[in-house]
Amino acid sequence: MEPLVKHEGNTAVLPRVNVDTDQIIPKQFLKRVERSGFGQFLFFDWRFLANGKDNPDFELNQDSAENATILIADHNFGCGSSREHAPWALQDYGFRVIIAPSFADIFYNNCFKNGILPIRLQEEKVYELMENGKDKVYNLTVDLENQKIADKDGFEASFTIDSYWKEMLLNGWDEISLTLQYENKITEYEDKVTL
Amino acid sequence: MQPKTIIEKIWEKHTVLSEQGKPDLLYIDLHMVHEVTSPQAFEGLRLTDRKVRRPDLTFATMDHNVPTDNRTSIKDAIARKQMETLSNNCNEFGIEIADLDSPDNGIVHVIGPELGLTQPGKTIVCGDSHTSTHGAFGALAFGIGTSEVEHVLATQTIWQSKPKTMEVKVNGRLAPGVTAKDIILAVIAKYGVDFGTGYVLEYTGEAIRGLTMEERMTICNMSIEAGARAGLISPDQVTVDYLKGREKVPSGEEFDKKASEWLALSTDEGAQYDAVVEIDSEEIEPMVTWGTNPSQGVGIHGTVPSPEDAENEAGRKAIQQSLDYMDLKPGTKMTDISIEHVFIGSCTNSRLSDLRAAAEIAKGRKVAEGVRAMVVPGSQKVKIAAEKEGLDKIFIEAGFDWRESGCSMCLSMNPDFVPEGERCASTSNRNFEGRQGKGARTHLVSPAMAAAAAISGKFVDVRKLEEPSVTQ
Repeated sequence: MEPLVKHEGNTAVLPRVNVDTDQIIPKQFLKRVERSGFGQFLFFDWRFLANGKDNPDFELNQDSAENATILIADHNFGCGSSREHAPWALQDYGFRVIIAPSFADIFYNNCFKNGILPIRLQEEKVYELMENGKDKVYNLTVDLENQKIADKDGFEASFTIDSYWKEMLLNGWDEISLTLQYENKITEYEDKVTL
Repeated sequence: MQPKTIIEKIWEKHTVLSEQGKPDLLYIDLHMVHEVTSPQAFEGLRLTDRKVRRPDLTFATMDHNVPTDNRTSIKDAIARKQMETLSNNCNEFGIEIADLDSPDNGIVHVIGPELGLTQPGKTIVCGDSHTSTHGAFGALAFGIGTSEVEHVLATQTIWQSKPKTMEVKVNGRLAPGVTAKDIILAVIAKYGVDFGTGYVLEYTGEAIRGLTMEERMTICNMSIEAGARAGLISPDQVTVDYLKGREKVPSGEEFDKKASEWLALSTDEGAQYDAVVEIDSEEIEPMVTWGTNPSQGVGIHGTVPSPEDAENEAGRKAIQQSLDYMDLKPGTKMTDISIEHVFIGSCTNSRLSDLRAAAEIAKGRKVAEGVRAMVVPGSQKVKIAAEKEGLDKIFIEAGFDWRESGCSMCLSMNPDFVPEGERCASTSNRNFEGRQGKGARTHLVSPAMAAAAAISGKFVDVRKLEEPSVTQ
């Protein structure tokens, strides 16, 4: 996994609550047996019109959202299905950071496994960012090491994150290798309980 | 000794490692695998030359992609490849699989309990958010992503932060004609689509105690629609009776020993939860959703709300977006909404008792003109049991399509779908945009309400359905 220490990038604003993983990646794209190439299908039903052209009304199709790597979203982002295809699609499309007031639990965990940093931030701060990034190119710096977000005009916010996930992202660790360092503990547990 | 909830008891028993600054490392007793969320996990094992640590605690089935008309010839080449990939992976790694030829095949959350793999006190995971279903047995069961599937395959463990606990009390007794599906839809309508985020729910109260195991599965199944990864019910004699004699459950003395262990898991008197919510059964009437998330539902005698009812701008926008997608106007009576499709099935409502409840309504009646109604049993065993009772004949006679088992039109990964702009009364769990087909409009209901909608061509109070005309 690619480490994430400090990330600077442009934002895309998606001011919708309860965005579910069925919207992030619709079911017709879940039949692939690979992990890659899902970015082209991200938000498919919102992003494209029936004729295959870009939907001009969709937030990610705005000029200001071009080449965005930071997504600013609303409450309960990533709810519904556990499909990891959702973070795969977001990552493949180019997102490395998602900022929202709240995330669904399974989606939140899935992000870390794919080098995406999901940041839970106070609602007022998220709405301030949304306002700042509305209809214009808006650049943010996310500093995971110091747990801070800043823009060039004086916006600053700090966020909290579980130290375990932080270390994983900072170092780009493979979680299974990490767990296997405790293999003796797992074996001990298995010897203790009969299953 | 400090009284504990069942959630804490299961957690403590399964903690392999608990260190400061880390989530706990939790041991997994049962890992269920299906074709859609596993191929990349097996590929990951191959790339790193890892093995499946406990194939004996792993069980696979195929359900999401399975066609429900002809299972022997799968026309969708990509779907076929995904199913073949699962079979090959199970062969290679030595995992038991209920493939399409197996009499045990069916929806993963239907067959786990059916076979008795699902047992109280177990930690159960699957790459599917509706794994919460298994909580009905007093198991700690939750959905995981594909990276976690790979992690569990390789290590039989998962890193998890200890969740907060919430009691969901369902007081009083259910009125006749009101079902488990109505309880859970009413709870989510009352408290919202994410009130359970960060929590494990425990359902308690007189109404819950009065439910059968299949009804309890319907409730726990939809915990994720409240944002909770897991929801469970403390085991009791109903749980024990259901499990007795099932294939993967021990028998004789061993069973009695297990049964007393299971019963001891129940939440202790006086145990504290981090939060408590409650609902009175008398408040609950048959529910219908009007919007595009499961909390957007009302009683059958309710009306479609207005964006003005929302507390803030984000809420107004969300309601407006739902109404636009669903093509509904504020103030419309639920009983004035007509439908073109009915789907009875899914891991929420496809078990024998669900089919019986629908058949009871269908018996002697006819599906309304212009309505396409489909019944998809949850497993091959459910299908055979239903046919033994003649439920298939009742449905066919009434004009329903009787199908093979699978996930089917709950998420329409197989060929079954609702065409754009058309409306479906569905016993499934999600009314998200596009869930049952691009532009399809889903209304979630109980099996009896779905059958009543099929007969009437619109939503009706199943309790007030006219007697069937005696024309047979």
